[in-house]
Amino acid sequence: MRAYLDAVAAGYPSTSPALVYLLGMLAFGALVVFVFILPVAGITSWVERRVWARIQSRIGPNRVGPGGFLQWLADGLKNLLKEDVIPAAVDVPMFRLAPYVVVAGFCAAFVALPFAGSLIIADLNIGILYISAITSLVVIGILMAGWSSNNKWSMLGGIRSATQIICYEIPVGLSIFPAVLLSGTLSMQGIVAAQGWAPTSWHMFHSPFAFVAFVMFFVGALAEGNRTPFDLPEADSELVAGFATEYSGMRSLLFFLAEWGNLYVIGVLVSTLFMGGWQVPHFTDNAVVLTVAQFATMFLKAYFWVFVAMWVRATLPRVRVDQFMTLCWKYMVPIGLVNVIGAATVMVLLPDGSIVLRLIMVTVAVAILVQFARRVLFHLHRADYGRLGRIGEGAA
Amino acid sequence: MSLELEFDDGREVFATEEMTLNMGPQHPSTHGVLRFIIRADGEVMRSAKADVGYLHRSIEKIAEKVGWHGFMPYTDRVDYVAAMTTNQAWAIAAEALGGVTVPRRGEYCRVIAAELGRICSHLLAAGAMGMDIGAITPFTHAVRERELINDLLEELCGARLTFNYMRIGGVAWDLPPGFDAKVLRFLNHFEPYVDELDDLLSNNKIYIERLANVAVVSRERAIAYCLVGPNLRASGVRYDIRKHLPYSVYPEFDFEVPIGTGRHGSVGDCWDRYIVRLDEMRQSARILRQALEGLPEGPVIAKVPRNYKPAAGEVHVHVETPRGDQSWYVVADGTEYPYRVHIRTGSFAAMSIIEELSRGLMVADLVALIASFDIVAPEVDR
Amino acid sequence: MNTAAIQQLLHERFGSGVGPVESARLSDAVEVDPLSVDEIALFLRDQPDLAFDCLNNLSGTDRPARGKIQVTYELFSYVHRHAFVLKVDARRDRPQVKTVENVWPAANWLEREVYDLLGVVFLGHSDLRRLLLPDDWIGYPLRKDYVEAPEYHGISTVRESILALPERR
Repeated sequence: MRAYLDAVAAGYPSTSPALVYLLGMLAFGALVVFVFILPVAGITSWVERRVWARIQSRIGPNRVGPGGFLQWLADGLKNLLKEDVIPAAVDVPMFRLAPYVVVAGFCAAFVALPFAGSLIIADLNIGILYISAITSLVVIGILMAGWSSNNKWSMLGGIRSATQIICYEIPVGLSIFPAVLLSGTLSMQGIVAAQGWAPTSWHMFHSPFAFVAFVMFFVGALAEGNRTPFDLPEADSELVAGFATEYSGMRSLLFFLAEWGNLYVIGVLVSTLFMGGWQVPHFTDNAVVLTVAQFATMFLKAYFWVFVAMWVRATLPRVRVDQFMTLCWKYMVPIGLVNVIGAATVMVLLPDGSIVLRLIMVTVAVAILVQFARRVLFHLHRADYGRLGRIGEGAA
Repeated sequence: MSLELEFDDGREVFATEEMTLNMGPQHPSTHGVLRFIIRADGEVMRSAKADVGYLHRSIEKIAEKVGWHGFMPYTDRVDYVAAMTTNQAWAIAAEALGGVTVPRRGEYCRVIAAELGRICSHLLAAGAMGMDIGAITPFTHAVRERELINDLLEELCGARLTFNYMRIGGVAWDLPPGFDAKVLRFLNHFEPYVDELDDLLSNNKIYIERLANVAVVSRERAIAYCLVGPNLRASGVRYDIRKHLPYSVYPEFDFEVPIGTGRHGSVGDCWDRYIVRLDEMRQSARILRQALEGLPEGPVIAKVPRNYKPAAGEVHVHVETPRGDQSWYVVADGTEYPYRVHIRTGSFAAMSIIEELSRGLMVADLVALIASFDIVAPEVDR
Repeated sequence: MNTAAIQQLLHERFGSGVGPVESARLSDAVEVDPLSVDEIALFLRDQPDLAFDCLNNLSGTDRPARGKIQVTYELFSYVHRHAFVLKVDARRDRPQVKTVENVWPAANWLEREVYDLLGVVFLGHSDLRRLLLPDDWIGYPLRKDYVEAPEYHGISTVRESILALPERR
């Protein structure tokens, strides 16, 4: 990338290289947004609706394209063409700006996400710090939206969101520490490189403390991403639509775009920090094939967590504001503090880790998963809707 | 919300400004068209004043104009979530005044229809409650089950919501052929489903935390505010019109009256009100099984003159609807029109206690409170 | 305890303010003085062998032939599981009844409803506003002589049937 831009700049000696860099980066950024971020967010919206529908015994969108796959395009198009209503009493500049701030905050996170060994826009040496900082830009956008809407429900939503993100930054930050300590670097690629492809070499199975950090990170990330059970800012049964109440058309969609896109960011972060990121066994020397395999691994791992977030959202009720604060300050922050010390202690005692400990951790995790799967199967068996059919069709 | 300094007895006090929130008439969780004027300090409410009447259709006045038979379809609209029981209340009032005896098969048909309607209404209440707490899935599951009942009732009387099934003297149509088998099949499917709802919603930790010890109504307050039905029973009063002031053929059935036990909090909290409804669905299923088993033969409707003219008199009728004791006061003056009809509904009583309960709750709790009382706005306004 | 016995008790306690048992078909009631109904209500609630802790229903009936608006209280005791009907006749031209809100809080809304639809003024009520109808509604719809205004804030209350319109050619 840089070499290419250098070459371009050399071709235009009269223009300053900085301008070329700037234009080049803008063009590249737009490309990434259109080719990757928008489709990921859009497709996530479709997947979420289908997954929900499946969980809720509904069908979900299935009309546009195969299985309704193009629904996200249709929705985007529809919302682009819709009238952008701006209520008379809102603070117009803020109201207009808010969705862009939100989208900018979430798009900027993609800069430091590692998609594969060689696929990263900028491998910042403070990558994870940068991401946790830049995603907080979202809160400014949401607060702007809530405040400028001149609607008390919106304002409550905006303030809830601000509280939420500010509070949960702390446990999330604390749960990032163990991963950073284990890797010895803040760089995203460095964190991935410190792990291997096998689960036994993932950070989450390094010690019980690392596993707790992983759980806390996922919970905190759900809270920061305004997902159920922490979707208080847009709690539709309480605050109508929260900060997005007064928005319509594309502006409204941008908020949701950021939300769905954020899901993917959360998935990538969880995978990177605790699950070995894009690591695959070195099965070939072909760099392209390897990169594709790495990308696919990363994508699947990230999407697994996206799916879990959807699942959680379809299953759990919403907590109340005070319970939400209690969870953060009385449980997660103290646990997080203890956890950092614990993880560091384990590192001091076992500088190279212990394969026995890792194996025990993996076994326990597998046992939990198996038990969970059995429970799910039991419920599926008991529900037994396949055999019922419709009551109306003929007497039994 | 802005912080300001107040000087009170010379001390500096930080105080927050009170905010007036307008919840409704169009709000996702007011279950119809209700309005609350909330005075809140941040998220904590100082008070929530209810403003009702958006769905007032002067049904009581209409009764004075349309005659005895003609009022039956209007009773559907009093409580369109459980129209069968309201039908039944009107039929019982008119029959009492006119001295009409309903044939036994007619009474059984009524019980079957009313209990199906009760399950229907409680399903919606439980599902909507989950939705108001933020869980979306229970609602769709509950509506899926409710759909099966709607299919059954559609087969019974041709309508899915406003049934107009009962008549003065009995019911409009006999059960269609094979109906009892279908109901049994539904019950076999439905009873395990209630347990599933327990797993999905009732015993969910977040759900319990949200509802336990929220808006506790003591036994005394519940009675003083005339809470009825599941709302009263959740406060620990074992009183069910079907059992303690029996009408129709309910004495012939064996069923229990579930009351709130405060399993996760205190007696009379939101969770108790929710779980009482769930238990009632199980009891309704029991009644249905017995009714289908003991279904007698014979006519379903008594001979009633088309020009129905009960002699002068007045009657107080109590019927256990899904939202509790619906108290009807009907005055006849010997003409072909009722002289006066007054309906005191369960939701009406529940609405009047909300202002007292709302003090100190959070905005999110108000939503849970409305849902736990199972308030249906048209029933408040009539 | 049946209506007659309760009437006996009330009569002993309140004297002339309590009328005899009115036996309408299917329902017995006792008529009492509208301006002392609150004391009688308190007595009914607090007397241990009566213990009417619940005001089950409160409704008004317009009886223009007698020049009265009748307010009917249906009481229920969850302690003894017995019911009792109390009636109050208010003058139609100036209907005033003492409130029982302080005895049974349920009366708050029920009395507001009766005020709203029949225009009975409950003396001492804490918040006597219209409940179901808009605050600026004129008239009391459940009175027998109520005539609907032709329009409300410019909205016609009369629906013209298109069959009554001249046929278009």
